[in-house]
Amino acid sequence: MTKQSATSTLELEDFREEHPLVETARMYLRNYSAVMGLIILSLIVVISLIGPLVYSTDPFEMVWAPFTKPGEQGFILGTDYLGRDLLAQIIHGGKVTLAVGCAAALLSVFIGITIGSLSGFYRGWVEEVLMRITEFFQVLPTLLFSMVIVALFGASLPVITFAIGIVSWTAVARITRAEFLRIRELEYVTASRSVGARNIYLIMQVILPNALPPIVVQATLMVGSAILFEAGLSFLGLSDPNVMSWGAIMGNNRQYILLEGYILMYPGLAIFITVLAISLVGDGLNDALNPKLRKR
Amino acid sequence: MFIVLILNFFLMHLAPGDIADTIAIDAGGADEEMMDAIRKDYGLDLPIWQQLLKYLAKVVVLDLGYSFYYNISVTDLILERLPATLLLVISAQLLAITIGVVLGVIAARNPQGITSHFVTVLALVGYSAPVFWTGIMLIIVFSSTLPIFPIGGLMDVSVEREGLAKMLDVLHHLVLPSITLASIFVALYSRLARASMLDVLGSDYVRTAKAKGLSEFLVVYKHALRNALLPVVTMAGLVFSGVISGAVLVETVFSWPGLGTLAVQAIVARDTPTILGILFFSSLVVVVANLLTDLVYRIIDPRIKTSDD
Repeated sequence: MTKQSATSTLELEDFREEHPLVETARMYLRNYSAVMGLIILSLIVVISLIGPLVYSTDPFEMVWAPFTKPGEQGFILGTDYLGRDLLAQIIHGGKVTLAVGCAAALLSVFIGITIGSLSGFYRGWVEEVLMRITEFFQVLPTLLFSMVIVALFGASLPVITFAIGIVSWTAVARITRAEFLRIRELEYVTASRSVGARNIYLIMQVILPNALPPIVVQATLMVGSAILFEAGLSFLGLSDPNVMSWGAIMGNNRQYILLEGYILMYPGLAIFITVLAISLVGDGLNDALNPKLRKR
Repeated sequence: MFIVLILNFFLMHLAPGDIADTIAIDAGGADEEMMDAIRKDYGLDLPIWQQLLKYLAKVVVLDLGYSFYYNISVTDLILERLPATLLLVISAQLLAITIGVVLGVIAARNPQGITSHFVTVLALVGYSAPVFWTGIMLIIVFSSTLPIFPIGGLMDVSVEREGLAKMLDVLHHLVLPSITLASIFVALYSRLARASMLDVLGSDYVRTAKAKGLSEFLVVYKHALRNALLPVVTMAGLVFSGVISGAVLVETVFSWPGLGTLAVQAIVARDTPTILGILFFSSLVVVVANLLTDLVYRIIDPRIKTSDD
């Protein structure tokens, strides 16, 4: 190799391609609502993680008379039907809500990718069987099914997470399958196959990384829907009685809607803002990762 | 459907404890001998495949077992509650599709206009708000603060009403629950209707219709809308199981006497046959709804013939 002059190296650097992740991040940051969503979401995560250390009132302890109005006696959000500090409950409940949401989303993404990639890669009878199973889970009224699982196996966090994850993977499976069907016919896959790559290598190393962008977007949105799902189950009374979550606060105080609506308003607002932030992040990721899809 | 049944059966067996345990607990304790007698009564001493066949044979004739909590057969219990749920689900779907399509069409005719942005925001909000929270907020505003609508229930039980008056009363009670349930899906349909309307409005045959001098109104609502509706109908079928899930929550908020509230009560009472029966019936409703969607699809788009997808 010949030695390059200083000026030409500089020019080369100017035209060097950006790392794809840097490019994605730059496109993401240009989108104001997506950045907003990310900031709100980070705030919520930080509050949920650090909040319990700073605001250390026990969310299960009775601190004052039931139904203390917000602002009275120094309880910023008032107390619930047992006289427990509502602000403490919301701060402590965030951790569980977010954890269950993320864990359930992870589980369903895992199931979805497995089923989607296998049926998209192997086609034939494998696809036939796996897509039948997917259809079955699409027809099943998901909330009722999860209620049955939680009711039969007990309301503990692992069971609840499992019950949410097992019913919400169908969208991921369909997206993964569609991507696999598209990508498996591309030339670089054929090239890889022609030099003797094994199926497992093709699936994991060649096709999956290229199928990831839409899956990542869907996974983000899924955290939001898992949080809504967990809230729904808890609202119906199917929550782990030993932990506090936003849905559980609403479920506990369900009978007192007319008496003191604010108890139900604040935790619901927390869920709403969290899911909204996650949706904004998901939309932003979608625009940043799939610029070709952005038509209008 | 068949898979639902088999899954139902195995769920029943996987769960810790069986009917004998439940009855024993209700009776305040029982010895081994009595437990065996109960198990024999319910056929629980047979091998598992025989039990499965018996179960399937019974479901075919719509015998879903006996609710030992309500003391009537599960099928009767469900049929009694089904109409209320269907009323809620269908009215919410119709409401959501109507509002969604109207908003979507208005937004599509002026893609940069204020309605268009409104639809985008609405889609995000509708997706993100927990449906039971929306319901509670509506109750606080329209039942508690401004007493316009009743807080819950199917009808006013304090007054005997007949015929038309009774119907109006039910409708009055239906307003808030159906708006609540529709709120999740309005967003979905309006976004979809907007996108597909934009697609259709850009197509050649719409330009032809405009070129031959038809009024804007006729072109949009007669020529374009029919085709733009197709994806909306498809989506309506796809989300039906989601609507049922939402209905469970909405029914609980508004104490609507449908399958959802029954399911919650049955779970609290650990009434397994009833819970599994509801799961079976609601899957049946989703399947029927999907068949109906196919029918509607064929009415809107006569090009689709039977047998080919």
